[in-house]
Amino acid sequence: MSGLSAHGITVTFGRRPVLSEVSVEVRPREVLALVGPNGAGKSTLLSVLSGDLDPDEGEVLLNGRPLAQWRLREMARHRAVLTQEHKVSFPFPAGDVIRMGRSPWRGLPEEDDDERVVEEAMTATDTHRIAARPFGVLSGGEKARTAFARTLAQRTGILLLDEPTAALDIGHQETVLAQARAHANLGGAVAVVLHDLSLAAAWADRVVLLHGGRLAAEGTPADVLTAPLLSLVYDYPIDVLAHPATGDLLIVPDRRASTTEEETA
Amino acid sequence: MTTTFQPRLPAGRESDAETAGDDAAVRRRRRKITVLYTLLVIGLALMTVVASGAGQLKIPFDEVLGSIAHRIGLDIGPLPSHPRGEFTLWNVRFSRIAMAVIVGASLAVAGAVMQGIFGNPLAEPSVVGVSSGAAVAAGAAIVFSLNFAGDWTIAACAFLGGLGTTLLVYALSRSEGRTEVVTLVLTGIAVNAVAGALLAMLMFLGDTQARESIVFWQLGSLNGSRWPYVWVVAPLAVVGIAISLFCARQLDLLSLGERSARHLGVHVERLRILLIVVVALLTAAAVSFCGIVAFVGLVIPHLVRMVTGPGHVAVVTASALAGALVLICADTVARTAIPYTDLPLGMLTSLVGGPFFFWLLRRTRRTAGGWA
Repeated sequence: MSGLSAHGITVTFGRRPVLSEVSVEVRPREVLALVGPNGAGKSTLLSVLSGDLDPDEGEVLLNGRPLAQWRLREMARHRAVLTQEHKVSFPFPAGDVIRMGRSPWRGLPEEDDDERVVEEAMTATDTHRIAARPFGVLSGGEKARTAFARTLAQRTGILLLDEPTAALDIGHQETVLAQARAHANLGGAVAVVLHDLSLAAAWADRVVLLHGGRLAAEGTPADVLTAPLLSLVYDYPIDVLAHPATGDLLIVPDRRASTTEEETA
Repeated sequence: MTTTFQPRLPAGRESDAETAGDDAAVRRRRRKITVLYTLLVIGLALMTVVASGAGQLKIPFDEVLGSIAHRIGLDIGPLPSHPRGEFTLWNVRFSRIAMAVIVGASLAVAGAVMQGIFGNPLAEPSVVGVSSGAAVAAGAAIVFSLNFAGDWTIAACAFLGGLGTTLLVYALSRSEGRTEVVTLVLTGIAVNAVAGALLAMLMFLGDTQARESIVFWQLGSLNGSRWPYVWVVAPLAVVGIAISLFCARQLDLLSLGERSARHLGVHVERLRILLIVVVALLTAAAVSFCGIVAFVGLVIPHLVRMVTGPGHVAVVTASALAGALVLICADTVARTAIPYTDLPLGMLTSLVGGPFFFWLLRRTRRTAGGWA
């Protein structure tokens, strides 16, 4: 069985439960979006999936084998993780940072592909122009794209992306998610934490909605991203519309309520 | 009015000129690194000959080379003409140069590795107090006349002292997976203060001879580097530098941050502990017989990085070579600047290294708004 699956994950920080009995499956040929309000446990769930955090209860299986039984380097050839923070302590050029994504393949036949793979990752993320510049002086968006290129260069079946679009302009947001989509179409499995619900609706096959550390809903974007459910979970009136031409779901806040309040006050 | 939409997807190939920018940069850096290695090796060979000839008893170049040639069985060149020339070369000068090479290489590599583990350009054995920790333990060995491991006793004590201090600094200055520069430097001040007090206490407790040895420790000097001492520290240095080189690529990954390094297959905690032991080993190699030689581990890796870029394989290799070269030069100055006097080596390196530290602080403040 390939892919990544978590069963009955419970995580508590101190006394506060951050995740309670959450189960998700990241399947091949699928983009899974993890959405939910701040503090719902999205990033924690991604940490558990990537093996950074041992859950208090529950188990994560990578290709059918518990994470604890994997060697780190072997795991690095099966799943790549894009974290939210992008920091590099020494002034490595962006190109070197991308090439670091190839390190799990060192000493294996795949190492011969290094140059081609890095080249492709740079092309896919539009990072050729910045490759020679030190990572530290890049803009937030350029850093995010470089880090994303590094995860692509890792050439793993599973991609775990924590808010890959946060620092990006609308064009690059689309590029990144299109890459994730393309990865899934080629048979890869992708899990992506997103704040922008319209992006989740447009690019994901399945959406997992977290609320207060629990699974609030799971299913296709059309099933999960409904106005009543979102309004409840986000504690704010939210509208879900269909784009007049394309039919894409557009998820926007309904600002009338708060405006009226202000007017009356 | 309509504007035509230029599709961004699929992302097109960048122009060849742009692609070449990265390739060219990589090639340029490789060439720079090769040139640097070559220059350093030539410099080392040259300085070895110069340093062997210099001193109270001057021995000309050709006689130094001739003496070496004869030792390896080649009958070329003249032997030293001075009656004590041959003896001086082989029993005083060469052992001292070998010690300078070991101490310089060890300290520079220890600095480079420490900066890598802490992800912090200010980490250095003497700045964070590892050198003084090692010196306290070695001082205790002198004062209490410990001799549990023969010639190795002082080195063993220095290693344990260094290891203990490094672990202490590591535990005190890390929070949430990284070290703040300020915390690290403050921890260093505290550790140095405590170590200074302990050394003072040891001096108070010891007899005149022990006191003199400890003063020599704090000033640092290569005076009296005999071959037996060289054979004690050489294996420590070789093992330490070899492990550092072996882990250099993982140090590169570590600069991405702990989590990302782990995602790329690095056992971060295991790597850190291993390299902390290596730093203690290298510091012990340097400190055991020569005392505290400060700032080499700070200055050398920084200068090297300006040429090689931050990749640790090149930084560690070039630091070892450059550290050795700089220490041979510094020691030659120390013993020839004032006739019939052996200046303390640690004093010289601090005289040069201290101001460099200022410059580094100012430069970083200007370029990056200081260290957070």
